[in-house]
Amino acid sequence: MQDPIMPVSILPASQVPAPPILQVSGLHKWFGTLHVLQGIDFSVAAGERVAIIGGSGSGKSTFLRCLNFMEMPTSGRIALDGTPLGRASAGKPDEVRYPESELCRVRERVGMVFQQFNLFPHMTVLENAMEGLVTVKRMKKAEARERALRELDKVGLGNKTDVYPGRLSGGQQQRVAIARALAMEPEILLFDEPTSSLDPELVGEVLRVIRQLAEEGRTMLLVTHELGFAYHFATKVIFLADGVFHEVGTPDEVLKHPRQERTRAFLERFTEFSF
Amino acid sequence: MSYQWDFSPVLTRWPLLLDGLLNTVKIAAIAIVFGVLVGLVLALLRLSPRRSLRLPAAVFVEFYRNTPPIVHFFWFFYALPVVLNISLDPLVAAVLALSTQSGAFYAEVFRGGIRSIERGQWEGAKALGMTHTQLMRRIVVPQAATRMVAPFVERSFELIKTTALASTLAYGELLYQAMMVNSETFRPLEVYSTVALLYLVLLVSCSALARVAEARLTAYR
Amino acid sequence: MDYAFDFALVVETFPILMRGFLVTLELWLPSLAIGLAAGLVLALARLSRSRLLRGGSLVYIELFRDTPVLIQLIWFYYAFPILIGVQLSPFTAALLGLALNTSAYGAEIFRGGIQSIARGQWEGAKALGMRHADMLRRIILPQVFKLMLPAFTNRAVEVAKMSSLASVLSVHELMYQGRLLSSTYYRPFEILTTVAVVYFVLIYPATFLSMTLERRMAGKG
Ligand SMILES: Nc1ncnc2c1ncn2[C@@H]1O[C@H](COP(=O)(O)OP(=O)(O)OP(=O)(O)O)[C@@H](O)[C@H]1O
Ligand SMILES: [Mg+2]
Repeated sequence: MQDPIMPVSILPASQVPAPPILQVSGLHKWFGTLHVLQGIDFSVAAGERVAIIGGSGSGKSTFLRCLNFMEMPTSGRIALDGTPLGRASAGKPDEVRYPESELCRVRERVGMVFQQFNLFPHMTVLENAMEGLVTVKRMKKAEARERALRELDKVGLGNKTDVYPGRLSGGQQQRVAIARALAMEPEILLFDEPTSSLDPELVGEVLRVIRQLAEEGRTMLLVTHELGFAYHFATKVIFLADGVFHEVGTPDEVLKHPRQERTRAFLERFTEFSF
Repeated sequence: MSYQWDFSPVLTRWPLLLDGLLNTVKIAAIAIVFGVLVGLVLALLRLSPRRSLRLPAAVFVEFYRNTPPIVHFFWFFYALPVVLNISLDPLVAAVLALSTQSGAFYAEVFRGGIRSIERGQWEGAKALGMTHTQLMRRIVVPQAATRMVAPFVERSFELIKTTALASTLAYGELLYQAMMVNSETFRPLEVYSTVALLYLVLLVSCSALARVAEARLTAYR
Repeated sequence: MDYAFDFALVVETFPILMRGFLVTLELWLPSLAIGLAAGLVLALARLSRSRLLRGGSLVYIELFRDTPVLIQLIWFYYAFPILIGVQLSPFTAALLGLALNTSAYGAEIFRGGIQSIARGQWEGAKALGMRHADMLRRIILPQVFKLMLPAFTNRAVEVAKMSSLASVLSVHELMYQGRLLSSTYYRPFEILTTVAVVYFVLIYPATFLSMTLERRMAGKG
């Protein structure tokens, strides 16, 4: 990678185990007859940064999307701050029902950044960043504007506020999308391959923003194929294969000294990958 | 061919034709308003997750799209009153026929517009914590609306042209007034040419208006 | 609602409706065929190098598209004797009127098809040293026919619906028989509903075909 991504390991990877803010237990996801996630147990503590790697179609996106209910888990429970989400029906612990209002509240607290940005093309950059605040949080326009501007400044787009997304480069659009998510002040941020649809020369500017968020100590989950970045970014790396977490550990353990044959075989395919 | 064109008997009866033109505009405007309402309801039903709502709406839409408008006019004017034991005046029957029929077409315009919005937009909005209503109102409908303009205008043009069928119920719109003028003047070619020209002017000015509206709505692109 | 639907009457009058149905077919298919053939000629005129041909065909097409069909049919009914000097039967007048209307819409379909195909392939065919006419006939048109099949089917649906307007000229087609029967027996509900159903049975297969073709092409593309 041309862009010199500075290591972020400046921060000690939480020495004292913080209580988990997100907990997943027994998560299964079926698409028709396809068993994509086959029983996942997992938790994230405040300040943790998790990188999820794995082959194409292994279910990385599906896992991430279950966490904010973009996909509905087929079975298993997810808990935020120790409170299990949804209501299990009596006698059938596998049938969990999620009222819309609860899902909306969860999504407010768990932000997401998509591979395809998904900015709203009919709104300016500033309006995009304000939208969640005004519509969902019912914040006053002036206050929302102030906060949106602050986040746009942070991602380096304070000078593009009145432009429509269609006029921006991919890298700029993705930074707006990050600002839009940040404005909601989420407790956890989910990134699904945020740089995969960018031209190579634009990848760096987005990764730099994500690194900056890491330095702030935010809790983040990142699905990525940028193994070099994952190494420096993450406090924990997960290798997902066959619908389960095949290997979990520190970046050093998983990326440099993998114990599983499967992980090693996966990593070998990334010839250009260097730390 | 030595036909002697003579427009003067027709042109001296211009108040009759003007009356007809105004009635055409009136019936078209009323039918567009009601048609949009019918179309919205049908589109919502067709987009519903419940099959028991989707299916009847689909049948209604398909039935209207696959039968001739003149049948609807006669059905509402002659058949419906017999069943309900009421009487409808031509204007009401014509508006009912036009707005149910165009409603079926508008429904497809609305539904097509909504379904054309990419999945990413729905997800982007959901991920911010929006409810279904909020994301429809703020994200999906505003974008869909701009894509609906062109097909909506096209359907409305069809509706304006279809108002001519109200003449078969003896409602005094442009074509009916033309028939009246014709029966007084016996100059069918002049009468119907004049009326055709009036329709042309009406539709061409409507399409100019529509273009202005569309340019405004899609300014962000 | 305590209206008693008189099925016996439907059964009794059905043969008469079927006679009308045959006339509808006789109007529909020939006017569609003649209209589309003429539409191809018009489309070539629209795309020709001569300004006169381009302008003339444009005016012709817009005149038909921006006025109600019913007025066109009535106009031609009165105009044919004057224009060609022969008194035509209402059936022939309606058939020709429908064909002329179809030619205008057909021309737009052909033009769109030719333009979309031609853009890429003109060069290739030129490189093979083909003449303009050969190119059109051998390379472009076969593809246009395929590509525009859903649009043609759609036109067929519209023409079928339009053919019901011939009842206004007293052509004894389905709608005319329906109107006659419903006033004779004074059972408009039974008769007109049956007429609507018969039209639906005639038209829906074409709509279905058009949708299927469209979907299949979208899948390929
Ligand atoms: N909505 C869906 N319906 C049916 N199958 C789906 C759906 N979404 C994903 N899948 C399937 O589930 C499997 C996992 O998909 P997922 O997108 O989670 O993989 P991924 O690890 O993110 O892959 P990539 O690296 O290509 O993004 C794939 O086989 C995919 O085809
Ligand atoms: Mg993915």
